[in-house]
Amino acid sequence: MKVDLRKLSILVFALVFSFGMLAAQDHGQEQSGDSTHEEQDSHGSEAGHDEGLAHSYCGGHAEDGEYDPVTTVMEHIADANEFHVWKGVHIPLPIILYAPAQGWTTGLSSMFGHGHNAVDGYVLNHGRVNRVADPSFPKGEVHIDGILHRKETVEKGGKAEEKDVYFACYEGELYKLDKPSTVDGGFLGGGITSFYDFSITKNVFSMILASLLLIWLFMAVAKGYKENEGKAPSGIQSFMEVFFVFIRDEVTKPMIGEKHYERFQPFIMTLFFFIMFINLMGLVPFFPGGANITGNLAVTLTLAVFTFLVTNLNGKKDYWEHVFWMPGIPAWVKIILTPVEVLSLFIKPFSLMIRLFANISAGHIIILSLIGLVFLFGNNGQSVGGAAGGAVIGGLFTAFMNLIELLVALLQAFIFAILSASYIGAAVEEHDHHHDEAHEGAH
Amino acid sequence: MTEVLFLADFSVIKPDPGLIFWTSLIFILVWATLGRMAFGPIQNALKRREQDIQNSLDEARKARQEMANLKAENEALLKQAQEERAAILKEAKEAKNSIIEEARKQAKEEYRRIVTDAKEDIENQRMAMIVDLKNQLGIISIDIAEKILHKELKGDKDQEQFVRTLVDEIKLN
Repeated sequence: MKVDLRKLSILVFALVFSFGMLAAQDHGQEQSGDSTHEEQDSHGSEAGHDEGLAHSYCGGHAEDGEYDPVTTVMEHIADANEFHVWKGVHIPLPIILYAPAQGWTTGLSSMFGHGHNAVDGYVLNHGRVNRVADPSFPKGEVHIDGILHRKETVEKGGKAEEKDVYFACYEGELYKLDKPSTVDGGFLGGGITSFYDFSITKNVFSMILASLLLIWLFMAVAKGYKENEGKAPSGIQSFMEVFFVFIRDEVTKPMIGEKHYERFQPFIMTLFFFIMFINLMGLVPFFPGGANITGNLAVTLTLAVFTFLVTNLNGKKDYWEHVFWMPGIPAWVKIILTPVEVLSLFIKPFSLMIRLFANISAGHIIILSLIGLVFLFGNNGQSVGGAAGGAVIGGLFTAFMNLIELLVALLQAFIFAILSASYIGAAVEEHDHHHDEAHEGAH
Repeated sequence: MTEVLFLADFSVIKPDPGLIFWTSLIFILVWATLGRMAFGPIQNALKRREQDIQNSLDEARKARQEMANLKAENEALLKQAQEERAAILKEAKEAKNSIIEEARKQAKEEYRRIVTDAKEDIENQRMAMIVDLKNQLGIISIDIAEKILHKELKGDKDQEQFVRTLVDEIKLN
């Protein structure tokens, strides 16, 4: 029975894999074919070509175009200014925007009417707030005709680059939209634009929810320790104690050392439980969950910076000596080693950032791709049988992937915590005075 | 084209300052709250409990050690008591034996004394009897002599007969 099941699953996997590849290829060709002929397409209306007037491109906003798996997946893993529950149902989130040109703008995301309204020059484009940089655009709440998507080719360093540009259509005029500023310095396709978005986005909302849950849970656990003093642990306290003791005995104590570990334990514990909770929240497929929080570079960047700061602000003399002038090796090796060591100060948190981000993003992308099989096999609603097949196969694989993601959610939190602990451990470690001789003896 | 689209829309790799700000704020708040109100107290409680358990174990071990010591002491005491008892018993036995011996000796002496006294009594009585007999014999002899003297006057034969009868008469019972 067991063997049969395994054989079956291998067969199904092979089948799905080949189908999926085929479908993806077809779609890719179709896409590229489209793009060569069609320079611009509007969301919604079947716009005529080369009419030259914005009116013809900016009909409704409803998205009933062809299913594009890549765009769909990318939109789902992206941060958003409103919480999409299901088609047409959105939970509004607070909006806090800052543009140097016009100051602060606050409100609820529902004021944008899902892209139909512009408020003080801000519009909602695919769930994200964008800004009309043009000062001639009217302030206050105005109705817009739609949002136009166009591909522009930009000459950049002698290399042609295609760029997605969005326009708001208002009274027959096209107004270019700015995306929120990002701090990648333009390397990753972002950069500082005309405004900053400090809204409680989907990610922030989920993070707050996860944090409240975490705080509530540990308050209950801490209360248990107070009430059950001198007694055996009970209930949620004994459940969480397993995790706590595990992190203490497997991460903080061995990595940081008996002498210093208690000082850094709250930090490591917070890292572990915070990452674990937001990872797990991201796996919940419906409303409060589903946000790709740790799969967003901004989040992992922040966490990695915390580790970097805690590590280096607590660096002992020995640590800095090992970074800048490694004892016990010849001077010419030191000259080579020092830049490497200095570089490694930054590579360590960088690797933390990338590892967590890549693992969680990849998990979300895989699950969304598997769900996307339903639409691909269903041929955009043309083939019900295909959709059913896609649903069965995609559903099975999604269930399987969810189990793996559950493991990854715990594992990545653990890895982030244990590596942070080991970096901190290296920073606070004190070497004995025989260190130099030991090194010389070894060489 | 797909690649370009991918990169262009892959917004999760573009760190948003807003998200960085909120993540920092939330993380610091969670860190401060949990560190102060949960992780610290839990760590202390766990440490205290571990110490309690260690202390209890140590105490149990000590108690066991003490019990063992006490037992050894008791055993020594018991052994001593048994030895004393044996010694006392032995002494008692000896005392008993000596008392019996003494008593026997005394009894023997008493017996000997009684026998001696009895012998003396018998001797005395015998002597008294002999004296008495002698006295009687004397009296009888005188009587006989008297009678003989009375009879001498009659024939020899008769005399002889008479003496013989007399002698028969004085046959010592």
